[in-house]
Amino acid sequence: MENILEIKNLSKKYDDFKLENINLELPKGMIMGLVGENGAGKTTTIRSILNMINVDSGEIKIFGLDTKKHEKEVKEDIGIVLDDSFLSEYLTPKDINKIMKKMYKNWDEKIYFNYIKEFDLPENKISKGFSNGMKMKLKIAVALSHHPKFLILDEPTAGLDPVARNDLLDIFQDFIEDEEHGILVSSHITSDLEHIADYITFINKGEIIFSKDKNELIDNYGIVKCTEDEFKKIDKDDYLMMKKRKYEYDLLVENKSEFKKKYDIDVIDNANIEEIMVMYIKGGK
Amino acid sequence: MNLIISNNSETPIYMQIKNKMKNAINTNELKETEALPSVRNLAKDLRISVLTVKKAYDELEQEGYIKTVQGKGSFVIPRNKELVKEEQIKTIEEHIDKIIKIAKITDISKEEIIDLFNYLYEEE
Repeated sequence: MENILEIKNLSKKYDDFKLENINLELPKGMIMGLVGENGAGKTTTIRSILNMINVDSGEIKIFGLDTKKHEKEVKEDIGIVLDDSFLSEYLTPKDINKIMKKMYKNWDEKIYFNYIKEFDLPENKISKGFSNGMKMKLKIAVALSHHPKFLILDEPTAGLDPVARNDLLDIFQDFIEDEEHGILVSSHITSDLEHIADYITFINKGEIIFSKDKNELIDNYGIVKCTEDEFKKIDKDDYLMMKKRKYEYDLLVENKSEFKKKYDIDVIDNANIEEIMVMYIKGGK
Repeated sequence: MNLIISNNSETPIYMQIKNKMKNAINTNELKETEALPSVRNLAKDLRISVLTVKKAYDELEQEGYIKTVQGKGSFVIPRNKELVKEEQIKTIEEHIDKIIKIAKITDISKEEIIDLFNYLYEEE
């Protein structure tokens, strides 16, 4: 499988925060969810991919092209949704169409106005008065209307109600029906990604903890619940993280069936992405 | 074909798909050489990830139920009739095992079971 996105050894240091040695690969035709706490480095990673910040080191390729050398070409084929809008709030959806027509060679106003209609957005009102959900929908309409091949979205579901989030997931799945397409989407609402993402990349304190096939995570990871006596008998290499609770010890294990074979412990729960995340952030060894 | 996937089941989603497809093939709901839905279409319709469907199809292929042709899709492989029968017999054995267990718990005799079987069999 060819990769739509490749990041090698990306690093960027700020005074109070650093991204360290980020490596990522996203094959074509797939959706990758980027998860992590607020401030973990999701947005910095996305901004680095888009060449919006100067990185200290590393190589980023989109469609196999170096994003520094081929920035213009690459960006022509990417649809972007960022947290802060680059569009003035004093523009109407109609004004935005005029601007975008000049920005993108492949801008398709028919598609754009279709989305505006589908999303129930008023064409002739400035977006300042829009609700958060409407503003997000406007950004998404803009991101999708120049026939992009790769969508990069930073927290697109934040501020959307459940129905709108659901609609957005439908749009993603329509988009990914074309095998040449790809989506990188960050979110701290992990349940949105749990269904549709093919890969989950978990970033914490500027480092990638894992980047994995989602099935592998959901099917294999587990949370073992045991007593203190049981815990004392468990080899430190056999679990990833431990959290002591009032009545039990919770252990995050990488492979629940292997663990079951080795230890006689009754309660091993399936772990969802959120639980895995929390164990990594709050747990210890 | 109906394909109902539970999000709250203990069984992983790919396994649910695999089992349902197997069942559909064994009961001839999916006929020999018939095409399965494409990976991407099924993912979209079930609202699950592409890799999940792919994993189910890959395992079905490994187990000899379907064949995937690059660029064309996945198809049900014509099955060896003996093999299918063998599998059905195995399933029947499992059910009979259960019947015997229940019968022993409640002290129902072998004769009673056979009578019951004959009676129901004639009615079919």
